Amino acid sequence: VTSPAGGTNVPGRPGGLTAAGATPEAGPGVPPVEPAAEEFDLEEAIHQVEAEEHEGRPPAAGLLGNLLVAAAVVALGVAGVVGSLALEVGSASSPEAGTWPLLISGAIVVQGLALVATARGTTDAERFNRTSWLVLAGLATMVVFVAVISVIGFEIPAALLAFVWLRFLGHESWRTSVVGSLAMVVAFYLIFVAALSVPIPHLF
Amino acid sequence: VDLAPVLDGFGVVLEPTNLLYCLIGVVVGMLVGVLPGLGPAATIAILLPITIGIEPVTAIIMLAGIFYGAQYGGTITSVLLRLPGEASSVVTVFDGHALARNGRAGTALGIAAVGSFIGGTVSIVALSFVAPLVAGFALDFGPPEYTALALLGILLVATVSSGDRLKAVIAACLGLLLATVGRDSFTGAERFTFDNLSLADGLDFVPIAMGLFGLGEILYNLEERHRAVHAPAKVANVWPSGADLRQSSGAIGRGSVLGFFLGILPGGGATLASLAAYAVEKRRSKTPERFGRGAVEGVAAPESANNAAATSSFIPLLTLGIPANATMAVIFGALLIQGVSPGPQLVDQEPELFWGVVNSMYIGNILLLIMSIPLVGLFVKILRVRATILAPITVLITLVGVYTVNYDVFDIGLVVVFGALGYLMKKLGFDPGPLVLAFVLGSLLEDSLRRSLLLFDGDPTGFLTRPISGTLFVLFLVVAVLPAIQAVLHRRRASRRPAQSTAENKELV
Repeated sequence: VTSPAGGTNVPGRPGGLTAAGATPEAGPGVPPVEPAAEEFDLEEAIHQVEAEEHEGRPPAAGLLGNLLVAAAVVALGVAGVVGSLALEVGSASSPEAGTWPLLISGAIVVQGLALVATARGTTDAERFNRTSWLVLAGLATMVVFVAVISVIGFEIPAALLAFVWLRFLGHESWRTSVVGSLAMVVAFYLIFVAALSVPIPHLF
Repeated sequence: VDLAPVLDGFGVVLEPTNLLYCLIGVVVGMLVGVLPGLGPAATIAILLPITIGIEPVTAIIMLAGIFYGAQYGGTITSVLLRLPGEASSVVTVFDGHALARNGRAGTALGIAAVGSFIGGTVSIVALSFVAPLVAGFALDFGPPEYTALALLGILLVATVSSGDRLKAVIAACLGLLLATVGRDSFTGAERFTFDNLSLADGLDFVPIAMGLFGLGEILYNLEERHRAVHAPAKVANVWPSGADLRQSSGAIGRGSVLGFFLGILPGGGATLASLAAYAVEKRRSKTPERFGRGAVEGVAAPESANNAAATSSFIPLLTLGIPANATMAVIFGALLIQGVSPGPQLVDQEPELFWGVVNSMYIGNILLLIMSIPLVGLFVKILRVRATILAPITVLITLVGVYTVNYDVFDIGLVVVFGALGYLMKKLGFDPGPLVLAFVLGSLLEDSLRRSLLLFDGDPTGFLTRPISGTLFVLFLVVAVLPAIQAVLHRRRASRRPAQSTAENKELV
């Protein structure tokens, strides 16, 4: 019979702190005692913390989504294979520029097919939903930043980026957004242009 | 061990300029490390530009500071916000946050700083003895050994990464493919450059790391409804009391040793170490019921262990040139930019650089201990700033920062592209860590493979007939195939479970 369950009083295991240097008395023959009712399970606690971190995330993608991801991986691999074949492929005894890319691209295709096969059991991809538009908007501000920085300098696109992130992605107040974005641009100007003289394209 | 180069290294490290840069590194490392969602790899990636353009030795010392600062940044958010920046500080959350709720956040942060310091130092001392030995062993590795080692390293990291294994391996393959972009070093042929001049020299490491880890993470967080975060208004008594120190001294010692050994393993070293250290302390404790409710040892053990492990994971990097995890991959890239190519020849041929790196770790670690305690108040203030305000600042730092590396607008474009890729990967369950790791190892792997094939005259069995590369390849196959076998066994065992458990009961009686 294993240890008694249900928190019954176990002899030979005094509660509370033991005096320094002394070991808790446990007579021979007494079975090793697990703390009866386990209030704190390590594995469960880890799962809980991880689940909390994923709180508020979009739900898992469905079968179609997983199949699309797998198809994208296969397509990437096929593109790699085509690109490698355009280079000199060579052979095992005389590897050329295309040998290694061909090997990896082939591996990607195979693994993409494995993803197709296991698509039904996949749960780690998330669904795209309405909040995904926020990400697209965020990316758009960065694309604008890159597109115009060489023409009109970094100040205006940076202020625009900060404003959009504060006001529309972060739902800050109008005042915070205006003041915040201007303050950020001034700070960046002072640090990168005035203090560090980084030759980043700038207006002033 | 010849002590002269070790001590020479200290002379360099202790120059005031270098100390100052290390200090800056620790502080900015902690500052960025406390930003929500940014783990050490992301933090170091975002801060890479500031280490570029200064003298190599100084840059490396600063990097060490950033490294330790970033590690501790995760501890701060774990304790105060219950948000671990990465897997290896998840365990700290249990008792760290419980302590914070009891109004003892300062104690938790203080003991974590002391534990991290001791764990790190123990690990650096051990590293100083072990690393030259390993490097000596690896000195006569040829291309076949490197091929096998790089393949095994990438596979191991993909295996222990968070999330799906298959997807992690796909990410790694994508990293290898990206590494082939540019001029082929053997034939000079341009590969996947699409006639773009900026791609002819290959993709740069910095925009890839900054985009995938930094921007990708920030974009990913945009989708989350912002949780109300409650940082405590004030954190008092950061110096741990004598009683706390006495209570956790055993935990710190055991955690440090455990962390050192587990950290040498590729991949999940630090995560495994913090878990194991916590479990050991709980099992040894006479009052295990305190764990999870604010036991000081429950913070001390995992923090010592994960810092010791983070430090000892430098061993495979510095002696074999194989980064053991995503953070080390970023450090590897940073060292390459500084003209240090980690590998077995480093200790032997450039001892001053090798010991410079090792000694800078001591300094980073000490400065972390000195700085973390007085600066805790500042971090608490930063944590009270809303994430919605910190996000655009981080984005702008990334966009402007990546420009400062080469003064090239093309790099800003790249960082945005990789930011989008990083977001998609996280969203769809692909860990970006293996991609970055495989990318930094890509050219080494291809070079070694092609050299080996030339050496063997195209006969791939040549890999198996050499003892070391043969062993590594067998290991590679075991790691590749084992999980599938385990899954089958697991299913079988599950169906046999009832019969087995009655047998166990009989044995006990």
